[in-house]
Amino acid sequence: MLRSRVIPTLLLHDGGLVKTRQFEAPQYVGDPINAVKIFNEKEVDELFLLDIDASKNGRGPDVARVRDIVSEAFMPVAYGGGITTFEQASQLLSAGLEKIVLNTAALRNLALVTELKNAYGAQCVVGSIDVYKHWPHEPRVFSHSGVAPPEADPVTWARRLVDAGVGELLIQNVRRDGTLEGFDLALATGFVGLGVPVVMAGGGNEPEQFKPLFQMGVSGVALGARFVFYGPHRAVLISYLTPEQMSQLTEAK
Amino acid sequence: MITIVDYGLGNLGSVANMLRRIGVRSVITSSPAEVSKAEALILPGVGHFDTGMRNIAKSGLREVLDERVLHAQVPMLGICLGAQLLGKGSEEGSEPGLGWVDATCRRFSFEAGVTLPVPHMGWNEVEPVDQQMFEGHEPGRTRFYFVHSFHFECAQPRDVAGWSTYGYRFASAVRHDNLWGVQFHPEKSHAFGMRVLKNYTSWLGSRRLAA
Repeated sequence: MLRSRVIPTLLLHDGGLVKTRQFEAPQYVGDPINAVKIFNEKEVDELFLLDIDASKNGRGPDVARVRDIVSEAFMPVAYGGGITTFEQASQLLSAGLEKIVLNTAALRNLALVTELKNAYGAQCVVGSIDVYKHWPHEPRVFSHSGVAPPEADPVTWARRLVDAGVGELLIQNVRRDGTLEGFDLALATGFVGLGVPVVMAGGGNEPEQFKPLFQMGVSGVALGARFVFYGPHRAVLISYLTPEQMSQLTEAK
Repeated sequence: MITIVDYGLGNLGSVANMLRRIGVRSVITSSPAEVSKAEALILPGVGHFDTGMRNIAKSGLREVLDERVLHAQVPMLGICLGAQLLGKGSEEGSEPGLGWVDATCRRFSFEAGVTLPVPHMGWNEVEPVDQQMFEGHEPGRTRFYFVHSFHFECAQPRDVAGWSTYGYRFASAVRHDNLWGVQFHPEKSHAFGMRVLKNYTSWLGSRRLAA
């Protein structure tokens, strides 16, 4: 049976690894290569490696740096941040990545998704959507790099990404980022059933809470704070679920 | 020394990294001259079936691969798309495959009422048929990373080296004479994938001793 995926998210900022809260206040948590080595030992399912400055600062991905980090990874790695061209994506894929995560680039130029899908297949293109929810307003697509989204409604935008050729969706609730308050279960419903695997992010903490997501048909969960902090004072400690916790999650489906 | 064939598709670095980790020397090359001297091959690859076949043709590798694999009987391990290319063709495209294994690739297609996302993406188990390929397999623990929308359908049941289940049972590993093919990514499957690569290299060693 296909295991539900539990994916640590590593954020790159100024060459180091950080963790944010609601997309702000990056806190240094260590060296990325060291973190990847620890996650190898823990046999994690997959990694998201996201450069949080690249798009915001209008620069491209640091391919050499990504190659160094990924050369230590014996699990699949998806990278996002600063990709604007087909060539950059190609270079990243040959640097040892399995997947390219497009967020700002897709908002700006949806054709890039199709171009990458045609060359490398849908399985290597992840469409990432940051969702801002502020009751009583409707959830809307948020851009951390300040691009005006072509669609305000996240599910409508997701459908367009799928039509353009993404093979996976990464859906993040911005306001829960780094809060450890739990995933936004209600947010997931609209994205399951679009025909591609869905990974939910933002707020993840206790594994009991992943189960309803998996039962709903979500393929994976991505977590940052839960796997880099320990205790109420957010001491830095890299961790992952135990093999027992992981098999319980699959049985729960 | 293992020769990793570079035909412009996919993740060659990861395969080389994992071989390095298990102490096996390898070289990545797109040169027909170098491939013609290979003693053992790995054909990796991620991408579209037709792009794969066209790239192999364009790079002038087709003849030399046929010579190595069919005449010199050099062992080859195909990974993901590289494994699919060993067969006769794929529903993904219109190009014929290398045609060395009597198999075609079909798109995942489920019976009514089953709504599983395609690609089949993530960690799944393999039910080993070929004991040499899956030596050291621990049922319930051993798992592999898959990401694919098409899967083998073997015309010869004896070519199936392992089964996996996604909606239904499909051949996730094939073996035919000197050819090994795995649909999953051993290079991205931690110690479990490392084990399959080690099994491949030990088999290379045992062939050499027998020769």
